[in-house]
Parts: sequence; C-alpha cells; structure tokens
Amino acid sequence: MITYWPYYNKVFAMSLTTQDVQKIARLARLAMNQAEIEAARAQLSGIFELIAEMQAVDTRGIAPMSHAQELSQQLREDVVTEANQREAFQAIAPQVEGGLYLVPQVIE
Amino acid sequence: MEWEIVIGLEVHTQLSTNTKIFSGASTAFGSEPNTQADAVSIALPGVLPVLNKGAVERAIKFGLAVGAYIAPRSVFARKNYFYPDLPKGYQISQMDLPVVGAGALTIQVEPLSGNAKPYEKVVRITRAHLEEDAGKSVHGASQGLTGIDLNRAGTPLLEIVSEPDMSSAAEAVAYAKALHSMVRWIGICDGNMQEGSFRCDVNVSVRKPGEPLGTRREIKNLNSFKFMQQAIDYEVQWQIDTLENGGKVQQATILFNPDTGETRSMRSKEDAHDYRYFPDPDLLPLDITPAMIEAVRATLPELPQAKSGRYTSEYGLSAYDAASLTASREMAEFFDASVSMVGAAHAKLCANWLIGEVSAQLNRDGLDIAKCPISATQFGGMLARIADGTISNSGAKEVFRALWSEGGTADAIIEAKGLKQVSDGGAIEKIVAEVMAANADKVAEYRGGKDKLFGFFVGAAMKASQGKANPVQLNEVLKQKLAG
Amino acid sequence: MLNLSLQQQGLALRARKISSVELTQLYLDRISTHNPVLNAYVTVDAAKSLAQAQAADVRLAVGAADPLTGIPIAQKDIFCAQGWRTTCGSKMLDNFISPYDAHVISLFNGAGAVNLGKTNMDEFAMGSSNETSYFGPVRNPWDIKAVPGGSSGGAASAVAARLCAAATGTDTGGSIRQPAALCGITGIKPTYGTVSRYGMIAFASSLDQAGPMARSAQDCALMLNVMTGHDARDSTSLQRDKEDYARDLHRPLKGLRIGLPKEFFAEGLSQDVAACVQAAVAEYQKLGATVVDISLPNAKLAVPVYYVLAPAEASSNLSRFDGVRYGYRAPDYTDLTDMYEKTRAQGFGEEVKRRIMIGTYVLSHGYYDAYYLQAQKIRRLIAQDFVEAFKQCDVIMGPTSPSTAFNLGEKGDDPVQMYLSDIYTIAVNLAGLPGMSIPCGTGANGLPVGLQIIGDYFKEAQMLGVAHQYQLATDWHSRAPQGL
Repeated sequence: MITYWPYYNKVFAMSLTTQDVQKIARLARLAMNQAEIEAARAQLSGIFELIAEMQAVDTRGIAPMSHAQELSQQLREDVVTEANQREAFQAIAPQVEGGLYLVPQVIE
Repeated sequence: MEWEIVIGLEVHTQLSTNTKIFSGASTAFGSEPNTQADAVSIALPGVLPVLNKGAVERAIKFGLAVGAYIAPRSVFARKNYFYPDLPKGYQISQMDLPVVGAGALTIQVEPLSGNAKPYEKVVRITRAHLEEDAGKSVHGASQGLTGIDLNRAGTPLLEIVSEPDMSSAAEAVAYAKALHSMVRWIGICDGNMQEGSFRCDVNVSVRKPGEPLGTRREIKNLNSFKFMQQAIDYEVQWQIDTLENGGKVQQATILFNPDTGETRSMRSKEDAHDYRYFPDPDLLPLDITPAMIEAVRATLPELPQAKSGRYTSEYGLSAYDAASLTASREMAEFFDASVSMVGAAHAKLCANWLIGEVSAQLNRDGLDIAKCPISATQFGGMLARIADGTISNSGAKEVFRALWSEGGTADAIIEAKGLKQVSDGGAIEKIVAEVMAANADKVAEYRGGKDKLFGFFVGAAMKASQGKANPVQLNEVLKQKLAG
Repeated sequence: MLNLSLQQQGLALRARKISSVELTQLYLDRISTHNPVLNAYVTVDAAKSLAQAQAADVRLAVGAADPLTGIPIAQKDIFCAQGWRTTCGSKMLDNFISPYDAHVISLFNGAGAVNLGKTNMDEFAMGSSNETSYFGPVRNPWDIKAVPGGSSGGAASAVAARLCAAATGTDTGGSIRQPAALCGITGIKPTYGTVSRYGMIAFASSLDQAGPMARSAQDCALMLNVMTGHDARDSTSLQRDKEDYARDLHRPLKGLRIGLPKEFFAEGLSQDVAACVQAAVAEYQKLGATVVDISLPNAKLAVPVYYVLAPAEASSNLSRFDGVRYGYRAPDYTDLTDMYEKTRAQGFGEEVKRRIMIGTYVLSHGYYDAYYLQAQKIRRLIAQDFVEAFKQCDVIMGPTSPSTAFNLGEKGDDPVQMYLSDIYTIAVNLAGLPGMSIPCGTGANGLPVGLQIIGDYFKEAQMLGVAHQYQLATDWHSRAPQGL
C-alpha cells in the first residue's frame, strides 16, 4: 500500500521559475525566446504537478528498476566487423570537407 | 612559511583492443579521417552499443595488477554534454559502480633537486573505470570552421584515478611513469603518448601544513612526462603566488602550453557542468564472475614487484638494481633473456652491464631498451665470453662497441679483432719475467716496501701483452714473482 | 483480397492466384486514393516496393517462399530502412535517407515481405493522437474528424483502411495498443527484449518495444514469428529459442482465469468503453473463462513515473540530433552553440522539446534522487504488483484507452490531458510485460473500442490464443470503416 511521506509535498509542490526553464533550455541546447520560455514554464509546471503525485510514495528500501529484465550484459568478441562506409555516411551530412564533418569553430 | 603540495592524477589509457568499446570498428591509429567511424561511432539514429569483451578483460587485468577490487557488478552510465567530437551528445562511462575499485601502485621516486636519495612510495588508486573516447577536433580545416574526425570516438579507455597521495612534481611524474610502465607491462595499452594512448589530467592544490585541502585546479591532457613536470611546477608556483598575494584559487580546468611553459583556463567549458548522469538503458549491468577473473589472471605476466623481489633473492641483486631492471617490461625481458644465456651465476655481471654500459649508450643515442641495436642474444653471447674468461672487461668494451655499431656476434668480433685474452700460464710468466727484467730498479723498490708500484707492473705487463692477458691470472703471477 | 487474412493472402500468392506485384499495386492504388485524406503514410516509393514484389514473385515461383513472402507490409517511420527516407515524424530527419537497415527491416526483407512504405507517427513517437507529426496529423478512417491515436497512428489508420496487409508499430507507453484500439484493429506489444531495437530510433530505451499491428490476432502471430528473435546488436535483446506464436491459437479457453484490476474500471473511464469491455469479459465467460477481481495498487502512479523516466531517457537519446553528422541544420547561426540551439529549436516540434526539457530537468543536479531515482523505485513497485496479480490469474483484461477516438485538436492545449489517454497502457511498459489490444465494440460515437489483454512475461502465444478465440466468436475485428 502507498504510505505518504509528507516531507516531499512541501519540497515539490512548487512550480518552475523562468530561471529554471532558461537553465534547462540552455543545457538541452534549445533556443527559446522570452514568450516561449513563459509558455513552457506554465506547461511544465502543470506536468510537474502531475509528476508530484509520485513524491508522496515511501520508497525507502526499494531498489531502483533500470531494466525490465534482470539480466547481465553480453560481451562482444574483439573482432573487427565494420568496414569503411564514410562515403555513404557523409552523403547525408550537412557539411563535410576532406572527410571531416565541419562545424563552427570550436574554442578550447 | 612552507607550502604543502597535494597532487592526484586521472589517467586515460587507451586499451589496446582491435575494436571499439561498443562496436566492431577498428581502433587502428592514423587512418584517413572518419574511415573508422562506423554507424555506432557516428551515432546514427537507432544504433546501439554492445560491450567489447577485450576491453573488459583488460580492465580486469589492470585491477589484478594493482591488487584492486574487481567489482562483481558494475554499471555503465551516460554523461550528457554537447560537443561536436561527442556524437551521441553523451559519453558512456561508469559513475557509481566502476569495474575496478581501490588498489595501489608502488613507485620509485627520484627527487629532482639536491642530493636527496631515491625512495619508494605507495600511491593508492581510488578506482578505474571503462569509458569511450571522444573524436578529434581538427582546427583550421577550413576558414572559421573546425573539422571533426570520429575515428577515435568509441576507442576504449580505462580511466585510472589516484588518491591525492603525491606531494611533489617528482612523485607525480614517478607515479605516471610507473603506471605507464605497468599498463605496457601487462599489455593493456601501447603507452604511445604522442598518439594520445596515455593522457594525464593532474589535480593540483597547495595548503599550509595541517590545514584542510586547498582548492584544486585540474591540468588537462598532459601527454609527456616532461610537460607534466613543467606544468606542475608552474601551477604550484602560480597557486602559491596567488595565495601569498592575498588572492584566491578558483576551481578550474586548465591547459598547459608547452611553448610558453604556462597554464591557462579553458574557455569552452564555461558552462557550470551538469552532466545529468544516469544508468545507460541500452546496456545491462556488467557482471564479472570469479571464473572470468581467474581466466584473466592466468594471462597475467610476472609483475614488476614480484620480479624485482626475485632478482634480489635469487640473483643477489641490490634493490636499486632490481628496480632499475624492472622499470619496464622490455628491460626485464632483455635481462631475463641474457641471464638465460650466461646462467644465473652471472646475473650480477649481466645486471651491471645493462644498468651501466647499455643504459649509458642508450641514453647517449636517445633510445629505449625496446629499440636497442644489440639483441639479448648478441648481448648474452658477449657476456658468456666474459664469464668464461675468453675476453677481459676492456676487451668486452671493444666487443660491445662493435656489436652496437656493426652488429655481428661476439665470437666473430673477438676473432677478427684478436681480443681473446691470454690465459696460458707459461705465456704470462714469460711476459712478467720480461717486464721485471726491463724494470729491475722498480722491482727493487717494490721489494723494498713500495707496494704502490704493483699497479705499474700490472699496467706494463698488460701493455706488453697488448691488453690480452687474463687480468686475474696476471695479478696472481705478478704477486708471486715480485714477492721473489 | 483486401479482407483476406495474411495466411489467406499467402496461400493466394503461393497458388499464383495473384502475384505479389499485383497485390502490391492494389495497395499502392488504394494509398494513392486514400492517403491524401488519411495521411497515414509519410513516404511511399512505388518503384522500391514493386522491385521487392518482383523479387518475391521469383521466390514464390521457385517455391522458396516463407509465410510472408510477397505480402505488402507498412513500416512505421521509426525503423531505419536502407535507401528509404526515415523521418521519425520529425523535421529533424526530413532529409534523412537511412544508410542502413533496422534489424526488424532486415527480418522482413529476409522473409520476402514487401515494404509498402513508411507510416506517419507522432514525432519521435511522442504523442497519443498523431498530432505531433511534422508531416501533419493522421486521420482515423472511422471518422476523419477523429484522431487515430498515437504514436503508431499512421500504422493503425493504414491497417484499418486496408492500405496495407499489416503494419509494424512501436510501443513505449501504449503506442501500439492505443491507436489499435482507436482504429479498431489488433496490435500486440511483446515482452520487452523480444524484438530487437537495433535501427529503431530510440525514444525511451528501457521501454521501447516493437510489435505488429494487423486486423486479427492470427495475423499478429504470423508477424511476430518474423519480427522476433535474438539480435546481438541490441544488448537488451533476449536470448531465447525461436518460438511459434501461432501455436496456441486454437487452445480452448476453458479454465482461463481473467484478472480484472479494479483500478482500470475506476473514475476516468468513459461509460461506453466500460460497457464494451464488460460485454467482452462476459463473452469470455461464455467461452469458459473465469473472472478474478485483482488490484494493481500502484498502477495510478504509472503516468507520473512514466513522465519522469521516458523524458529522461529521451532527453539523452535525442542529443545526437545536433546538426553535425546528419539531419537538419539551421540555415543561419553565429557560432557553435547558436548552431546547436537553433538547429534543435527549429528541428524539433513542441511536444518533443517539452519532453526533452522535462527529462533534462529531472536528471539535473539536485533533482535526480527526487525524480529519476524515485520513479525507478516506484517502477519496481508497479512491476511487483503484476507479479502478485499473475499469481491469481492467467491474463489481465481491461480497457486499452479511457475513451474512443477524440477529435483532432480536442486535447491540443493541455499536455496533461493528452498524457492521461495512456493511463491503462503505461504500467505494462514499465513492467516490460506483453500487452495487446483487440477490437471489442463501438462507443457512443460509433467509433471502435479496444479491449486490452495483458499477459505475464513471454506469454504472447497464450495471449494471441486468448484473442483469437474471441475473434472466432465475434466479428468486431473484421468490421471495416465505411466509405473506403
């Protein structure tokens, strides 16, 4: 049965701020103008309200479930199986030169 | 007041597999750009990673070599960030559960300054984890653009993280060298630093003794031991100057410029890092069974520490000599092969020559033992002739020079140059008699108590024999005859 | 011919009553007629399809045909197919011609099936109405004002309108079952890991699973026989013996225990859907099954858990779409970051961006434990509920969707309302269980209602048998939309 853990409600019954949305957009590399950020803030807040239901559940002692099946990783033999397909792969690339993918200058 | 230096290393070693960590593309170095970038390497939509057994075996091998905990279950996680050399927008790495846990490496430190003596130190290894390498950015490919070559993307890396146990540039370099030697010794990495197979990130901080750790700055991507030492020296001085001038050290990632000898902050990663690690749903947990560990253990060569211990106990070598001979696998193999030709009784002779003449000559020619122009067989052949008294030490030096520059065998050189020493008792007695006759006054002086003249007689007799007299025999005969 | 089962079409082909080229042309003609309204296909390439049909005819002529040889199958545009534009419903991949085949595509090619075209879908499979496709909404052939459901809306619409013999779909939170229900067809999402995900463009890797969408359970069994099997290129692909999914089609239902979770019949379920589902259960009782009341106490948390886990995985999976190696790149930008941000802002639609943002947030520093980890823990609770339930019953039944098809634009402004259309299907993905939907009546608006059947792990054959027995006793599955 679900038991409630009141601590969570307090922490997560909050909505996102404009700064939160800006930070997420930057991390996710999504250009957004002020109006878009405001619209996203409103919608995301609604979704996080839905998600907040989850916070009330006491999950102490429950192991997180990452995969549907409890299996181990299979290992591949260390043998070359892939041939050069540069031509085919770069035929669909936005910008290439001399076999290199081109991007705006990277500054280290 | 003195400052204490605290250094920890994160070393990225490229594992010497045939294929990438998550796909069957070749990892060979130096191919045309993107010709080894398969569908997985360029992260086409829909492709998935499958873990390379060779990479896992090499990680286990390393863990065994440093006496570390091998995790029965480890997990791959995604480290999310955008960079053009990172095709998926995340790097598959290990975060919470690395494949190799705590271990240790014993290092020989040669202090860089003063008359301080070499010493031994144990550096603790925190962990080592498997991850994939990124591609390469090629700058100036085209005006204002950067070219991306993904041949290297997906090459398996073992990132080896040390505890902050080093307290000088000398210790950091000694640790890096010992680690470099170890990964090559056990055959998991080719150690080619120019090609980026062994790259060091160095965390440096300073503090006053007894105070908590200072703020560290991380020097990224050092690919030579010389640069590492220069970078640490510069960085330590910079931090001390900053603090002594009332400034504060900010945590930062910095680059070393070998041309100026200075360090500077990286500009591109100004984003506050938020890598959003989470377990990679495309990969299942890596379970390593005891059977798998034992199978890898069976392939492990005798490790440097064990070998060095054996050299001191079996061959009676000094600890210092034994450590020198086990500084690299190639040196140890050269030594072992030579000893097998002359016999264990002459191991000391073998060691003396390797650490002395051979190392000096290698140094002069800027070579390492792997590139030594004399093979262990040629070298052993020469040692055997010293051991059986055919040639004297000075004769051997001549043989050695000839072997080095012209090749061939010791026996042929001895023959051609007539270096065979005279061990015939009669012949030596005759020479001694001649020398004594020619120097009757000196004989009288010697017999009158001037012992120091013994050396003169040795020299004169040796000269008369054209350097070929067996020095041991010559000594004996001289002593006997001069005594009268 | 259009209403024949796959098996009957196969027999007709083998008996040379019709050639594959003729059958393919028949469907191509129907697509030309009806696709302008339904928009079920994003890409049709008659030349390619007919070439495959010709090859199939050769195979049929020499008697080397498999059950699906020569049969035209529609492929969801999430599967990479070599030489075919593969868009995943996104502007980001509008120009992406896949250089390789997904495992599923290779299997169909190997079986000699004809690829009839790529079906429309919600962008990157994110949606429940097919309104998020960059290529415009798909319409429901039962009522063109209504949505077909999503994300495999094009597939469902095409099967219902007889624009293909059968189709593939993928299901991350209900994307096979919900559109199957809304379009009055049969669809099954097998146990996670049964169908390889290699070449299936990832939405949420730990939940994505492909399956067939067809007019009957029997057709689905034939499709599954082709689609399933271990694939070494997908680490999560299960290593199990090949099985015949048609083997239990004729097994009587006597003694079958049907579990009815009380949570699936609570508030939020529309009356007409409830009535149809109850009637279907009554029909099952007539066929010899018994009914058990069960509870899935954590099922109501499936939606919040899903909207943490799926966006988290998606935010990372979609990072590879960065304008560097393939796909869309913004035409104007000032620097690298600007290129990334504009490319992704312009290339992705609103729903995709929204989910990327949710996922980025829940994984970001300081929120991971409260969101992602908490969701993974509740995921386990949800899966355990099913384990308990299957101790009491053989299959679980309930509604697939809370209502029949809604009208286009009806839920447009409120993502939360849209997310709730998957309340009954999501838990199955979280647990990794097989689930299917079969038509079981029509609602108040005359549109189809789906009965959801959930089985225990690897019980697809049993579920298909359970569905088939119902389809022998009823004719809901063979009804076709009017006017086509």
